[in-house]
Amino acid sequence: MFDIPLSALAAQAFTGLVLGGIFVLMAIGLSLIFGLMTVVNFAHGSFYMLGAYVAFSLMGLTKSFWAALVLAPLVVGALGFLVERFLIRRLYGRSPDDPLLLTFGLSLAMVEGAKLIWGKIGLQVDPPKQLAAAVNLGFMNFPVYRLFVIAVTAAVLVSLWLFLEKTSIGLIIRAGSRDALMVRALGVDLNRVWLLVFGLGIAMAGLAGVLAGPMRGVYAEMGVEIIIDSFVIVVVGGMGSLAGAIIAGLLMGEIVSLTTFFAPKLAELIIFIVMAIVLLVRPSGLFGEAGLAE
Amino acid sequence: MIRAAAFRPITAWVSAHPVASFVVFFAAFPFLVPYQSLATQVLIFGLFALGFNLLYGYTGLLSFGHAAYYGLGAYGAGIALAKVKVTSLWLALGMGLTAAVIGGALVGFFCLRRRGIYFAMLTLAFAQMLYFIAFHAADLTGGDDGLRGIPLHPLGLAGWSVSLRTPLAFYFFAYALVVLAVAALKRILDSPFGAVLQAIRENSDRAVACGYDINRIKLLSFVFSALFTGLAGALDALRLTVVPVDSLYWTTSGQVVIMTLLGGAGTFFGPFVGAATFLILADRLSLVIEAWPLVIGVIFMAFVLFLPRGIWGTLVARGVER
Repeated sequence: MFDIPLSALAAQAFTGLVLGGIFVLMAIGLSLIFGLMTVVNFAHGSFYMLGAYVAFSLMGLTKSFWAALVLAPLVVGALGFLVERFLIRRLYGRSPDDPLLLTFGLSLAMVEGAKLIWGKIGLQVDPPKQLAAAVNLGFMNFPVYRLFVIAVTAAVLVSLWLFLEKTSIGLIIRAGSRDALMVRALGVDLNRVWLLVFGLGIAMAGLAGVLAGPMRGVYAEMGVEIIIDSFVIVVVGGMGSLAGAIIAGLLMGEIVSLTTFFAPKLAELIIFIVMAIVLLVRPSGLFGEAGLAE
Repeated sequence: MIRAAAFRPITAWVSAHPVASFVVFFAAFPFLVPYQSLATQVLIFGLFALGFNLLYGYTGLLSFGHAAYYGLGAYGAGIALAKVKVTSLWLALGMGLTAAVIGGALVGFFCLRRRGIYFAMLTLAFAQMLYFIAFHAADLTGGDDGLRGIPLHPLGLAGWSVSLRTPLAFYFFAYALVVLAVAALKRILDSPFGAVLQAIRENSDRAVACGYDINRIKLLSFVFSALFTGLAGALDALRLTVVPVDSLYWTTSGQVVIMTLLGGAGTFFGPFVGAATFLILADRLSLVIEAWPLVIGVIFMAFVLFLPRGIWGTLVARGVER
């Protein structure tokens, strides 16, 4: 144990934080949508994939990473509006399995659609010039772009928290996830709130995809790979719990990253092992309420 | 819309005599499709969907990880023949079934701790875990290249030795086993146990109130489902003489979900109707368009939205209504 240089370990822990940030952006959107609408969005990963591809195309059009960073999540979020309005809305009142099945079909179609549009071969995306360097943190050199990803994730989380806690729409969202019927009885048009939340969650998945592109490459299957990890994270954190999504996301990022360092073969397996242990000890997840939407 | 009235007498007779109908129809089936290996594929994937349908359609538990038991059945039989060098196909099938049943019992134990949507996500996660294990355990499973070189020995049958090397011989070997499985499913569904399964699907709280130990019953249903699914996997390993590692991948689980819903979840023949629809559609579409899964995805979404009973389910429901 002791002959491993501390700086290498610290670098790996930092990488874990970056991965954790991407996980959190994914898991929090999934959890928000689930908490309010009891919809499990299988296509969440495919919107992440779409975010990365749309950003790639926008970068080609505008020659600017910054324009793509802002616009791509908006484009993807707008698509999320359409999906909620014209597809998922038809399924409210049916079994909670039905939206999962629908978005599974959607995800299949999106992966193949992306291959048709952008080709089957993965794309390489470079981080913007301003962020391409590495910075010396005192104990190691770390790519600036990764620090930027951590900063963006943190900024998004703070904004989301302010939005949910300090605005009246945020109040309605919190109330709606507690008791939708009561909120309706008070004369609130929940359909519009659901539309907004779905679009918001999807835009966050899109943003995660934009951010992940320069680090992990852009390819059609990137979404279905991360959706399974994201599912595991929301189960571990406790579905519907935003704090759970954040903590479990960061935790899993670290665990995956450190396992990659110590036992590379276990890296893909470790999150499932952690999940099994959490399930044995706390079936409702770290922060989950027992019985929510069961 | 389909002119359902014309189908009514057929669906009525078929519903009244499901096993006999199955025996008759599938005896003729290989002569009705473009080529016989497609017929075998329909039979095997129909059995796979039948296993999935027992859990989803009849017990109300949506598993997104049935690739696990299919893959365990396939690897179990494949490893028995290619690595352990057993020469009896029966023994190989038995090993496939054992692997699937043990896997089903273990995963079922974990996943049944949560209900509803969580159950779907957990089954998916455990199946992926198994995929990664198979991927890395290359000595045993062949890893990324798949398990190759499975010898298709002649089948020992009451002192005779039957070669299964022609497509038609293999079809009828699979046919005999699938008929047994279909008859077993009928027996299960008609038993008091089968009635409790459907009670759990309709209202699990009430089933608890009636005094049933629903956790045990769900686990049993899970294990039966894994058994049927494992048989399908083991048969497919013999059909292909290779087990691709993708057998365990989530796309395989997705396929069986699509097949079952296309045909009609919770109906007796839905899985076979769905498997035939899916495979024939995929076979024809792939000649025309490379991105055929896109078309399948859109068709599947349309079914979830507008035809949730599936093809067979809709025909049967219309027969009953009028």
